[in-house]
Amino acid sequence: MGQIDLGDISKSYDKQKNVLDEINLSIEEGEFFVLVGPSGSGKSTLLRMIAGLEDITSGTLKIGDEIVNHLPPKDRNLSMVFQNYALYPHLSVEQNILFGLNAKKVDKEEQQKRLIETTEMMGLSELLKRKPKELSGGQRQRVALARSVVSEAPLCLMDEPLSNLDAKLRGQMRMEIRRLQKRLGMTMVYVTHDQVEAMTMGDRIMVLNDGKIQQVGKPITLYNEPANLFVASFIGSPKMNMGKAVFHADRNQLVIDDALHLEIDPVINNVPRYPNVTIGIRAEHLFPGTAGNTTHTIEVINVEQLGNETLVAFEVGAEVWTAKWPGQWDVQVGEKVPVHIAIENLCFFDSDTGLLIKPARAGKQQEVVTA
Amino acid sequence: MTIPTGRKVIFYILLIISGFLVFAPTLMAFAMSFMSNKDIMTGSLPTSLSFDNYVRAFGQFPLLKYLLNSLIISLVIMLGQLILSSLAAYAFVFLEFKGRDLLFFVFIATMMVPFEASIIPNFHIIRDLGWIDTYPGLTVPFFAMAFGTFLLRQNFKQIPKELREASQIAGMGDFKFYLTVVLPVARTSLLTLGVYGFLTSWNMYLWPLLTTTNDNVRTVQIGLKQLQTQEQLNDWGVIMAGAVIVVIPTLILLFLGQSKLQKGLTEGALK
Amino acid sequence: MSMNSTAIQQTPKSQINFEQVKKKQRMKNFSKGMLFLLPSIVLFSVFLFYPLARTIYLSFFLTDAAGATTVFVGWENYVTMFTSPIFLQSMKSTFLFVLYTVPITIIISLFLAVIANEKLKGIGFFRTIYSSTMGISVAAASVFWLYLFHPSMGPLNLLLNAIGAEGIGWLTDPSWALFAIAITTIWMNIGFTFLILLGGLQSIDSSLYESADIDGAGYFYKLRRITIPMLSPTLFFVVTVTIINAFQTFGQIDILTQGGPVNSTNLVVYSIYREAFVNYKFGSASAQAVLLFIIILLMTFLQFKFGERKVHYQ
Repeated sequence: MGQIDLGDISKSYDKQKNVLDEINLSIEEGEFFVLVGPSGSGKSTLLRMIAGLEDITSGTLKIGDEIVNHLPPKDRNLSMVFQNYALYPHLSVEQNILFGLNAKKVDKEEQQKRLIETTEMMGLSELLKRKPKELSGGQRQRVALARSVVSEAPLCLMDEPLSNLDAKLRGQMRMEIRRLQKRLGMTMVYVTHDQVEAMTMGDRIMVLNDGKIQQVGKPITLYNEPANLFVASFIGSPKMNMGKAVFHADRNQLVIDDALHLEIDPVINNVPRYPNVTIGIRAEHLFPGTAGNTTHTIEVINVEQLGNETLVAFEVGAEVWTAKWPGQWDVQVGEKVPVHIAIENLCFFDSDTGLLIKPARAGKQQEVVTA
Repeated sequence: MTIPTGRKVIFYILLIISGFLVFAPTLMAFAMSFMSNKDIMTGSLPTSLSFDNYVRAFGQFPLLKYLLNSLIISLVIMLGQLILSSLAAYAFVFLEFKGRDLLFFVFIATMMVPFEASIIPNFHIIRDLGWIDTYPGLTVPFFAMAFGTFLLRQNFKQIPKELREASQIAGMGDFKFYLTVVLPVARTSLLTLGVYGFLTSWNMYLWPLLTTTNDNVRTVQIGLKQLQTQEQLNDWGVIMAGAVIVVIPTLILLFLGQSKLQKGLTEGALK
Repeated sequence: MSMNSTAIQQTPKSQINFEQVKKKQRMKNFSKGMLFLLPSIVLFSVFLFYPLARTIYLSFFLTDAAGATTVFVGWENYVTMFTSPIFLQSMKSTFLFVLYTVPITIIISLFLAVIANEKLKGIGFFRTIYSSTMGISVAAASVFWLYLFHPSMGPLNLLLNAIGAEGIGWLTDPSWALFAIAITTIWMNIGFTFLILLGGLQSIDSSLYESADIDGAGYFYKLRRITIPMLSPTLFFVVTVTIINAFQTFGQIDILTQGGPVNSTNLVVYSIYREAFVNYKFGSASAQAVLLFIIILLMTFLQFKFGERKVHYQ
């Protein structure tokens, strides 16, 4: 058990347009798999279908080689953590944790053994007699996790479990959940709308939009080689800078949004010759220009000092581009600053289909920046 | 926010005067129940206070029996209403099935039928069942209650759906979930509805008047009417003692649960 | 569980099987839902829907003293009803009674709710006092007022005498009796109405008042421009409930006046009671009951129609 196979899974309500459209996916045993997408993309529905809380309109769902479409949630041998934690307000922490074991009639000795193990691991031993309303947000979250852990189900589903926590606690819990999952070796399917959570936690990520799979892959692959414009703009913060680009073969120039002109050496640069191209460049690839390599001088419209890095916003045609520069830069709004844009850092997308034509040759430049 | 002292004084004066006017009839009854007949007749202030009227009320009438009957009937109706309303509310909130919305509409429709409009056949049904002068005849017709169902439905809707989903994953059935999670979580509303049900049952008048012909199951309300009609015309002290006995249990209940009742009824009525 | 799934695996991609499982699931859900609703449905059917239908049926018949139908008379019961001076008097009294009780109950209760909504020390005590009449049964309240209305010893007449006025035959004078019943009813209604209105007042968002305070609004300005408009759904509900209750008045009449003097307090429910259980004319009593039902139905309908946006049950 633990491996999940989704074959052509679709979901529609009242014969309307599909909320989920022919999802094909395979999740490996022991994997931390993240479903990410904007709200309304169908990610929670998909998770709830795996849990058995929603009907599957068509397609087959297998858990551990067994078709489970028709099985009620309790027979799928899984646990689930909800966004609002779903703690029973009238029960103590201990009773909450043991709720599922009681329902499944696990014998008392075994219950106590697992309770002690779990609560020690989660640091809840002191709180067993408290009611949920006497706990802080982080503690409630831990109780919800403990309930999942104590069930010893090989598959754990999580539906935006961190969205009710403040930013600092969220960072801490991200790490805790991740460590717990590795330690117990369970298969995790984790739903979030937060791409940072997806990037930092997932072994693999699936980006979902409008009921369709956009891309499935390792976080770094999604970042470096986004399959389409949606993934490109969804993954990464600040989001990737985009612009319409036209290639003028006669002048060997790439014109971005009628504003930026990039010289192209047809021998070295292999630029795709599509009529309608959208280019994308990551904020960290919009380098500050030095005397030797400045390609453009652009006006600054906003500056955000973060201390360890500086976000500088430029106006490029109709778009606002953001550059992320390490360290502290003394730049004023309205000032024209030199930047360095390199052709090899551009991702090329087909404007019509949105699909990736050529990824940026990313990777090495990252280290150069810090120098 | 602080209220200016001048306005405070005005409010207190208004509160006290209104409070006195509203409570005067009750207060008067209490006072009279301890007064001698002579004091009452002459309209003087009480010269001596005693429990004589109570002793006589209990002595001349099976008041204790009536009280017990009323207590049993009110408790049974209250329990019946709580069980039926909570079961129905559970189905309307947590279960999804064909025809649910139609049934909900039917429940709404029942609120448009006043009990008085169907009292004649109801009386015949109870008579044909042989339920005249029995506890079932006085209680069963009132178990199903649309208002209670709405009130609890309103409250159950505030229970996160995820609680049920978590129980489903844990393998707990609906009835057990209803018993071990929904009822305990909604206990405040159940209490409110219980108090309301008890109050209205205790104060019921027309139905027990029709369906009781002897002292076996007669309620205290009808007992009071008898006391009033049979007592020598001017023995007001005894009558008032009887009335005080009738209202004491409900007044106590009301005083204890006033704030809860107010919140609960407003919610049931207006949401 | 495992047996089930192996069976499915042997016939891979079999859609029919899933459909069957789904259908079974739906049946199971349906029967589960019905099981939870069954007790209520059964009791509603036996003690509400059937009696209602039976009432309508009876209204077209003459009956014997046991309530069995004897002669089908068609609309005659209704014709007799609308031509009977006693019943017309009863309808007139009923509407007059509604007119007396409803506005006064609402005004008094609203006044009490407004003054009891201030954040003052000891306010809980006053709230309890004002809601106390809700705990007083119709029998007890009637006994209290029976004494208050007493021609010679009653405090009301004593008070009148004290200021030099002549005592009133509250319950014996046809022109006063209905009014006396109305006073008793108003007093009894205050508790419940007050409680609901207070709840309505307390659910008004206090930031509205704070914002008005910052704008420098006075007490009565706030009352008129915030309190009353924000309270309108509650008021609407209370008005309907009070009207419906007024139509159902019985106990106070039975104890205070028995419908008299000269039928001046023979309100519709009392009239039904007398016709059915004193005169044993169940047919014509049923016709009156049907009329009562229609009136209440109209009132409830109005409540849903006009209060829909504010007073909704969904």
